Amino acid sequence: MRATRARRRQRHSLTLNLLMTVMLLYAVLPLFWLIVNSTKSQKALFTTFGLWFGGRFSLWSNIHQVLTYDNGIFLRWLGNTVLYVVVGAGGATFLATIAGYGLAKYRFPGRRAVFAVVLGAVAVPGTALAVPTFLFFSDLHLTNTPWAVILPSLVSPFGLYLIWVYAQDAVPAELLDAARIDGAGEFRTFFRISLRLLAPGVVTVLLFTIVATWNNYFLPLIMLSQPTWYPLTVGLNDWNIQSYTAGGQAIYNLVITGSLLTVIPIMIAFLILQRYWRSGLAAGSVKQ
Amino acid sequence: MRVKWTGWAFVGPFLAVFGFALVAPIAYAIYLSLFRQQLIGGNTLVWFANYREALTDPQFWGSVRRVAVFLAVQVPIMLVLALLAALALDSARLRWTPLYRLSIFLPYAVPAVVASLMWGFMYGSQFGLVARLRSALHLGLPDPLSGTWVLASVGNIVTWEFAGYNMLIFYAALRAIPGDLYEAAEIDGAGGLRIARSIKLPALRPAGVVAVVFSVIGSLQLFTEPDVLMKLAPDTITSTFTPNMYAYNLSFAGQEYNYSAAIAVVMGVLTVLAASAVQWYGRRRAA
Repeated sequence: MRATRARRRQRHSLTLNLLMTVMLLYAVLPLFWLIVNSTKSQKALFTTFGLWFGGRFSLWSNIHQVLTYDNGIFLRWLGNTVLYVVVGAGGATFLATIAGYGLAKYRFPGRRAVFAVVLGAVAVPGTALAVPTFLFFSDLHLTNTPWAVILPSLVSPFGLYLIWVYAQDAVPAELLDAARIDGAGEFRTFFRISLRLLAPGVVTVLLFTIVATWNNYFLPLIMLSQPTWYPLTVGLNDWNIQSYTAGGQAIYNLVITGSLLTVIPIMIAFLILQRYWRSGLAAGSVKQ
Repeated sequence: MRVKWTGWAFVGPFLAVFGFALVAPIAYAIYLSLFRQQLIGGNTLVWFANYREALTDPQFWGSVRRVAVFLAVQVPIMLVLALLAALALDSARLRWTPLYRLSIFLPYAVPAVVASLMWGFMYGSQFGLVARLRSALHLGLPDPLSGTWVLASVGNIVTWEFAGYNMLIFYAALRAIPGDLYEAAEIDGAGGLRIARSIKLPALRPAGVVAVVFSVIGSLQLFTEPDVLMKLAPDTITSTFTPNMYAYNLSFAGQEYNYSAAIAVVMGVLTVLAASAVQWYGRRRAA
């Protein structure tokens, strides 16, 4: 732990606080804009100043419209997103955890090869894979199904890497040896002992994969052509596009309020679990 | 370590999905890129003809040049901002450190689609802030969605989304510096700036490499932000604005699967090469 004694003597710097406040305002400004404008009716959006409240307070009616528009398609999109997050991010975290642990704690034939391949894949960005995966899945007739979004989300080489780094220090080999002498099976040992020790690393990976699946856009956009399986991101942009299409009903107020409703759950998850981020990021970036 | 094959039971499930959803699509894309749908003869093996076409395709190289400019300008600005913010957080001279840390990081949680919609509406001419400020204050503010400014406007969205994330990567690395190092420096009479230069910056190198790698990947693979803004700025953002948008439109709207696969493969290779070059350079300088 860092000795803080020597640093307490430092005084607060006004300039530094001011500069950081400017950055804070930059970060918060669009979110403030979003909140302000979800309280406005479609008409008031065009007639009042964007950065302050104006017109009749329409937040509740906007939310009501978002939830009921087009037979409540927004709720369907929300359900789809939750499905993709629970199965995709949950599954990705589980697979990365057992695999990262297996690579860190067992010696087995082919281990080095597995490690090299997975590490190589960390540098392959998800977006670069969207078009190839679409071409492959459409040949297998998997497009337009939830599997087209879920299966690619299940692979997280970066998550595996984080768990591998974390497991090396968090789970001592002596502990595993002791469990073996007591006659516990390897999987029993993993679920009853190791998993608990890995928990902070697992939560970090879970956060990364939740954000990645909740915010996923390119993959579902290319895989799905029917709105029934859209996640929120693709659905919201569909509403936005409709507003610009000739003959389409302009529903900017629904795009804006829908955006607010999309952002709120992920932000709550973030603020609750934020303390895990630092430990996980530290493990991933300091140890190379 | 006695059990020889147990490891495979742990690694096996991951590898199965990895093979199906990552390795197989890449292999299939490479395979597809060697063929071409021709009017006479149908699907024919053309070997590298698609790649030769890509090499001289002005639309493809135009999009590559655009993301290269984006990378050269946006990534340094974002990372310097992130670095300065992290140093400020770590300096113990701020009053409400957790408040700054949390709020600046918050945009990372916002989906790129929502971020682009928000900024797009603020940029836009209909109920955009910029337009309103211009008419209210009679200022000569430029139109953020015009040809000259649209790339910078996309850069602003990406900076907004990821500056806080990178700040946290740097901050985590700074927190990992052992305290006795600072004490030793203070005993030696080193001032704040000297400590920053001689202790903090070298300790930030590995984190810096990670941040640069992710940012390079993100720039070359740019898609969501310009794709969402396209409706607001149909004149300045075309369907070939970035390489990914080009590949997407070829395979989706154009049904040119084989050529689209070739473009995706070329961009994938370029991205991995660029990321590896950054890593190699970072390691070499550290040694």
